[in-house]
Amino acid sequence: MQITIVSGKGGTGKTSLAVSLAMTLENVQLLDADVDEPNCSLFLDLKTKLVAEAKIPIPEINYDLCTLCGVCSSNCEYNALMKVPDQILVFEKMCHGCGLCSKICPENAITEVPRTIGYLYEGENKDFLFNYGALIVGEELSTPVISQLKQLISKDKPIIVIDSPPGSSCPMVETVIDSDYVILVSEPTPFGLSDMKMVVKTLRILEKKFGVVINKEGVGNEELELFCQKEEIPVLLKIPFNLEIAKNYSKGIPFLNVLPGMDSKLKQMIVDIREALQ
Amino acid sequence: MKEEKIRQLTVISGKGGTGKSSIIAALASNLQDKIILADADVDAADLYLIFEPVKTVSFDFEGLKKAKIDLDLCTECGICLETCRFDSISDNFIVNPTKCEGCAACYHMCPVSAIEMLDNISGQYYISDTRIGKMIHARLYPGEESSGLLVAEVRKVAKQTAEEQERKLVLIDGSPGIGCPVVSSLVGADLALVVTEPTLSGYHDLDRILQLLKIFKIPGYIIINQSDINEDISHKIEKEFQETFPIIEKIPYNPVFVEAMIEKKSVLEIDSEDKEVQKIQNMLIKLSNFVLERTKLDN
Repeated sequence: MQITIVSGKGGTGKTSLAVSLAMTLENVQLLDADVDEPNCSLFLDLKTKLVAEAKIPIPEINYDLCTLCGVCSSNCEYNALMKVPDQILVFEKMCHGCGLCSKICPENAITEVPRTIGYLYEGENKDFLFNYGALIVGEELSTPVISQLKQLISKDKPIIVIDSPPGSSCPMVETVIDSDYVILVSEPTPFGLSDMKMVVKTLRILEKKFGVVINKEGVGNEELELFCQKEEIPVLLKIPFNLEIAKNYSKGIPFLNVLPGMDSKLKQMIVDIREALQ
Repeated sequence: MKEEKIRQLTVISGKGGTGKSSIIAALASNLQDKIILADADVDAADLYLIFEPVKTVSFDFEGLKKAKIDLDLCTECGICLETCRFDSISDNFIVNPTKCEGCAACYHMCPVSAIEMLDNISGQYYISDTRIGKMIHARLYPGEESSGLLVAEVRKVAKQTAEEQERKLVLIDGSPGIGCPVVSSLVGADLALVVTEPTLSGYHDLDRILQLLKIFKIPGYIIINQSDINEDISHKIEKEFQETFPIIEKIPYNPVFVEAMIEKKSVLEIDSEDKEVQKIQNMLIKLSNFVLERTKLDN
């Protein structure tokens, strides 16, 4: 069972929930797919090692064969190739690695070479397996790093918990696309609600089953809960706001270890999710 | 005559939820007759909740095209399936539009020309009137991509609007993270304000976003929000980054940020007798004067 934690708005407690959930469950794999800003490891007491590089194939022009016809540059949808009088410029950061140019070059003058855009890491302790991806600073394409991280999903683990990037566009879609269930963490503020509505629309387009965890309960108003009622979205759990939780979070201690009774509440949440999936 | 240049300041954070939008809202409400506000956090645009914009001009945002297979012409040869690198074509030759990245490789490779590339409106962007003047903002439709391109459109229109309205400064609210929308909100900016929080996550993400500023050679200034949540990490941030990216303000935790949001106001538009709130408001006024000073044309 693949459960992905998403949020819309950043800073609503996605990572805390993902880590707490993974700590509560047995025989689980935790995947930190927020490759722009991977933070799960800050909450975990385990060593990680580099296991793979995330790469995309980019074109390399063989000028012994190239006739500067410009078929490649005029057909590239990402403007990653540009013909100038004496060469074809390759803007590698614009390239999505689709391979079109190498396929349509009439002279077979284009080969593809891998370019590293991120790193994939793994760590393990007695409770769980942990993987995360990190986009190299200065690179722009988070989505391929996420899809290559997802290839590290273990077939032996019955539960996979994935921490998604914030937002509701392509990186988030790539993260949730194969999930069985999505947990949407939000905070009861106007910004939290507005961003959550975008995620709800996206999850409905993707036809995903999902429920909401209300974090920082008491910090704002009732609108978020009323929205969930109106839209018949199950509220799976409420986590209260207090400064003690915030101070512990700042030191890398998730709410699981601060709020009494959280362990059994999270376990119950998984039972409820299993029921919803049947 | 010397052409007057318009300055662009981007507010970013690395980590989400550090108070970026609340701080830019305060700056915008204080500097209203001098700036154009651009909400470039197109994936989670929230400034409309504070400034209640009335749209005066709407533009469609053309995202990347999407492939469509004509099943009457398709011979199910499977070449498109082999060609697609984005896993967007199903075994029964239906294109999943949320996976299709519009590269058109399938379109070019199909031997019977059964594939069309269809235009795709993936969002909208607007020029609006608000109580603080013109605001440029956008909506990326749910699940769409190429938000970086939409950010670029928002910035282009914001700059044009600044020229028309004779404003010297564009304030840009950026996205969290370091990927394509963030890069797009920074390219060509004169200055960045980085809003962080003293948590392990905040510190880690700050480090990455500052590396990005170095790559783009954009001068940046740090604001530590909720600075009293963890004084140790606050000091660590100051010690570590102060030299290259000066810390210009430390704002303590205060519920007024959420209260203002609920009242659809910026923190500076709240009337309060509370000394702590007034202290924060003075900090935000000082901050907007700093922004003005730093973006003067002679700097």
